[in-house]
Amino acid sequence: MLGFMRGQPLLSTVIHREKMAAAPVMMPYFGQQISSKSDLVPDWTRQEVSTGTTIMAVEYDGGVVIGADSRTTTGAYIANRVTDKLTRIHNKIYCCRSGSAADTQAIAEIVAYQLGFHSIELDEPPLVETAANLFRASCYRYREELTAGILVAGWDKRKGGQVYSVPIGGMLVRQPVSVGGSGSTYIYGFMDANYKPGMNKEQCMELTAAALSLAMERDGSSGGVVRLASISEEGVERRVILGNQLPKFSTH
Amino acid sequence: MATLTAVRPAFGGFSFDNCKRNAVLEVEASKVGCSVPAARKTGTTICGVVFKDGVVLGADTRATEGMIVADKNCSKIHYISPNIYCCGAGTAADTEMTTQLISSNLELHSLSTGRLPRVATANRMLKQMLFRYQGYIGAALVLGGVDCNGPHLYSIYPHGSTDKLPYVTMGSGSLAAMAVFEDRYKPDMEEDAAKQLVRDAIAAGIFNDLGSGSNIDLCVITKSKVNYIRPHDEANKKGVRVTELEALKL
Repeated sequence: MLGFMRGQPLLSTVIHREKMAAAPVMMPYFGQQISSKSDLVPDWTRQEVSTGTTIMAVEYDGGVVIGADSRTTTGAYIANRVTDKLTRIHNKIYCCRSGSAADTQAIAEIVAYQLGFHSIELDEPPLVETAANLFRASCYRYREELTAGILVAGWDKRKGGQVYSVPIGGMLVRQPVSVGGSGSTYIYGFMDANYKPGMNKEQCMELTAAALSLAMERDGSSGGVVRLASISEEGVERRVILGNQLPKFSTH
Repeated sequence: MATLTAVRPAFGGFSFDNCKRNAVLEVEASKVGCSVPAARKTGTTICGVVFKDGVVLGADTRATEGMIVADKNCSKIHYISPNIYCCGAGTAADTEMTTQLISSNLELHSLSTGRLPRVATANRMLKQMLFRYQGYIGAALVLGGVDCNGPHLYSIYPHGSTDKLPYVTMGSGSLAAMAVFEDRYKPDMEEDAAKQLVRDAIAAGIFNDLGSGSNIDLCVITKSKVNYIRPHDEANKKGVRVTELEALKL
């Protein structure tokens, strides 16, 4: 009986299947019927671990800026309040993870392995598009079993800074700006209004920080600190914005 | 990618053939007025903290079967390698067998590399196995140890996700224990302060969670040695029976 624990960690995404509407719990709860009696165990222990998330990636001329919040939830409990959802796939290719924490960690580690191997064979830094396609291959093939919404972003010599979105279901599309996770619904309007092509790195950083703060304010499953990273020819620069240093927007 | 590790071949996960049989048995049993035995689980408080020279792991010692205490003094801190130990919450059999399997594979790996195993390796092996079983192996683990890169602490969930943190708690008593950690954790603590903190966190779980109880076990891992303290603290001593006459005097 699995009574003890807090369920499976999830990075909750914007799910367009009705069964996964608003709640951070992404996976339908099948299989573990033995533990339906709660007795010693509170409710939140049976929820899958979710990174109820807001993630974002923006291209600029010369690189990309990626950002994420830092909250991982199991039901209503925050399992990790300082999660790093910006995962290194290769030197200049990162991914932002949303959905089930177990699924996205497993996929990211597999793709990092495949890409590392491919890069050694090529004797060249790999292309961002290659990484994105590796993600898409796994996410599409196992689409029924997985809950993973991923933004792949990085810099390569051929096309410069690129952002590819691999949402749940396994689509692959390149976009200049992309947001994801359960908190992204609150910032589509902000993005449409405030993103302009031709911004420089600092402007992209500020836009990302602002957008993530707004989403974290409104989405219960997003919160903690804002993690930012910029990837360009020079390399990767990481930043953390702590809770009390976040840009403030007050409505009252 | 040849490997010398002798791993059980992954032949497709669980077989659910017995589920129908179990369902029928449950119905038949309730007709006669009996109930099917429940799996023994460790409703648990386990935790770990990284301090200046290493890690301290802590666990309570109660194992429950439904509402009955099945084992008043079970050992939840499992050996993985000389420098790595793992606390387990969840289904007792799952934590026991999973840690033993990874311990065995890690020993073979260590002989193959000729080096002391790393905590990250144990973490990878555990998470990949748990992910393969898609959460059906109910093992929630706190993995800690000291290797060539310093002290490390991981929490591992049954579905296969892991978090690398300076302090972690798991089990039904994890909220009580985490409250203690969030209040009093500081980076780079001394060994005694860390032991006291872990002891207090487990005690919070024991006294505030019905699924945790009995004694507090600690395991202090540093670069030079491992101190497995079982029990560190007997939080619940059994009362001494007295005669009626003596009781009146008390």
